[in-house]
Amino acid sequence: MSMDVLTMILATAVTAGTPILYAALGEVLCERVGVLNLGVEGMMLVGAVTGFMVGVGTANPWLGLLAATLAGGAMALIHAFLTVSLKANQVVSGLALTLFGTGFSGYLGKSMIGTPLPNPFKDVHLPVLSDLPFVGPVLFQHDMLVLASYVLAPALWFLLFHTRAGLNLRAVGENPAAADSLGVNVFLTRYIYVIAGGMLAGIGGAYLSLAYVPTWMENMVAGRGWIAVALVIFATWNPLNALIGSYIFGGVHALGFRLQALEVTVSPYFLKMLPYILTIVVLIIVTRNNKVRRIGAPQALGLPYDREER
Amino acid sequence: MKLRLTGRNILQVEKTMTPSPVMVVLVPVASIVLALAVCGLFFYLSGKDPGYIYGKMFSGVVGSTYGLTETVVKSIPLMLCGLGVGLAFRMQLWNIGGEGQLYMGAFAATGIALFFPDWPAWVLLPVMVIAACLAGGFLALLAAVPRAYLGVNEIIMTLMLNYVAILWVDYLVYGPWRDPQGFNFPLTAPFREEAVLPTFGDTRIHMGLLFGLLLAVVFYFVIYRTKWGFEVRVIGESPEAARYAGMNITRNILLVMLASGAVCGLAGMAEVSGLMHRLQPGLSPGYGYTAIIIAWLAKLNPIAIVLVAFLFGGLQVGGYVVQTSGIPSTMVAMLQGTLLFFVLGGEILLRYRLRFMPGMRAGDESA
Repeated sequence: MSMDVLTMILATAVTAGTPILYAALGEVLCERVGVLNLGVEGMMLVGAVTGFMVGVGTANPWLGLLAATLAGGAMALIHAFLTVSLKANQVVSGLALTLFGTGFSGYLGKSMIGTPLPNPFKDVHLPVLSDLPFVGPVLFQHDMLVLASYVLAPALWFLLFHTRAGLNLRAVGENPAAADSLGVNVFLTRYIYVIAGGMLAGIGGAYLSLAYVPTWMENMVAGRGWIAVALVIFATWNPLNALIGSYIFGGVHALGFRLQALEVTVSPYFLKMLPYILTIVVLIIVTRNNKVRRIGAPQALGLPYDREER
Repeated sequence: MKLRLTGRNILQVEKTMTPSPVMVVLVPVASIVLALAVCGLFFYLSGKDPGYIYGKMFSGVVGSTYGLTETVVKSIPLMLCGLGVGLAFRMQLWNIGGEGQLYMGAFAATGIALFFPDWPAWVLLPVMVIAACLAGGFLALLAAVPRAYLGVNEIIMTLMLNYVAILWVDYLVYGPWRDPQGFNFPLTAPFREEAVLPTFGDTRIHMGLLFGLLLAVVFYFVIYRTKWGFEVRVIGESPEAARYAGMNITRNILLVMLASGAVCGLAGMAEVSGLMHRLQPGLSPGYGYTAIIIAWLAKLNPIAIVLVAFLFGGLQVGGYVVQTSGIPSTMVAMLQGTLLFFVLGGEILLRYRLRFMPGMRAGDESA
């Protein structure tokens, strides 16, 4: 494999991993406060379609991104209301969100299929960094959303592990009763981070329709939301690990396309199976490792908090 | 929680284990009405007339014999998958893989139908049923084994396997199993008469309906009347208690997932053998996912699952009817998702009850 091809595959791994990264970062926040949201796929789809519609309507991808962020947040608000306030089953509520998002995005986007996006996110040129040999094309010849994710992941890591707010939010996910007795508002904290998680999922979806593809196709998220949910376990609920993990999954996506281009004699259907099979295999290995190293999900993940049952 | 109304009158909100029968009926009915209202608002906002859409759906479903029989036809895979995933949900095993298991069942049944051309129907059909159940069960086991022994998240595994199974069927119908006489369409050769499930009269309703009804009764009996069913329910409600009682959780995870996948696989067999008479891509418009809502709406009760499946079959047909007037059929998924939101939200009314206590002072009664 020549150097050029390697550079190209790695660069594609980064862009292909970016939507998964945004969604996974959102899910890390959400699960860290003890709420499992299986609606990532649905939130990404709604983000993708609203982002695209506004992007087409205004010819401004930033406004599209804003719309997608708000739409993802609004979707997450439904989940927060059902699971935090009404204490509904988190698994079923998340599935409902995905089903609703699939249907809703299909309904909204029907008339948009085949419409070109006038002004997608374009690659930006950074002084010095973009001109570095090898590292430049792999990491720094991308659009603003990719570059922003390099900052966002460490920032969230810092928030989680080195700030007061991060301590509070982790406490809410580990032991809400104790956090409550220390004066942390459990319900408000959960609302904030569930909604923030939805906003990030919305951005992840918008990245697909405003930068990566860029167009709207029905069901265009194609399981990436679910891969993001798996990635959170792989990343042991740590934003920095999610950064690395998402590029591995992005790389597998990219590799599938490259192999097809190189006319490898494997059926494209099998190549398309790769990311899904990889997710399962990785999930099994990581779950086993986490067990040995005694790393687990936040203690209160999936459990509604009821003040009367303290 | 106590709310002071006026003076000494207290309204108490308290937990209850036995929801009032009024609520049990009222919550689902109100959920349906509210879901229709909310989606109607969406239609209205997007410039469509909700009255026209719902009217058209309703008359399309109940206004003709064809609409009614089609409803039953669509309800067959829904009830089978609903029974399958509902069984797993009993044990808090989230089998989201009904869709993939359906495809695997369809694949296995088609394989038998295509490659054993001289078997008589009375051998061929039962073997197709068994093969479909095994294939669906096998896919479920791929997720169940890591779940049972290592505690790996079954939701993600079953979901990922859906994509794998659908791509596998795509591979077959676009590749090695494509009918050479099929004008290059991605279809297998049509089944011989011996591989086709009998239908009722001259309708499209096929014997798969009997599978569904029979299994519902069997499941009801097994879950509520047998020792094994009792074990499954205990494990679902309290794994700790089950472990204390010496129940084998690992074995039950494998058994329940196998059975769950097998029933979803049977749904795939019924679709290809009863309805399509060949394997084709996109053979399910998401029955495996809709089944999740059906099972939850039916509170996992097998008999209720059948009834809810008929309702959702109607919804599916209604979706096809309005498609002809330019409404995307994905609105059915939207309607279903909204419905599930309301059902979930309404559950709080089943878990709590309001008690009006006139003439009490807050704190008089130690709750």
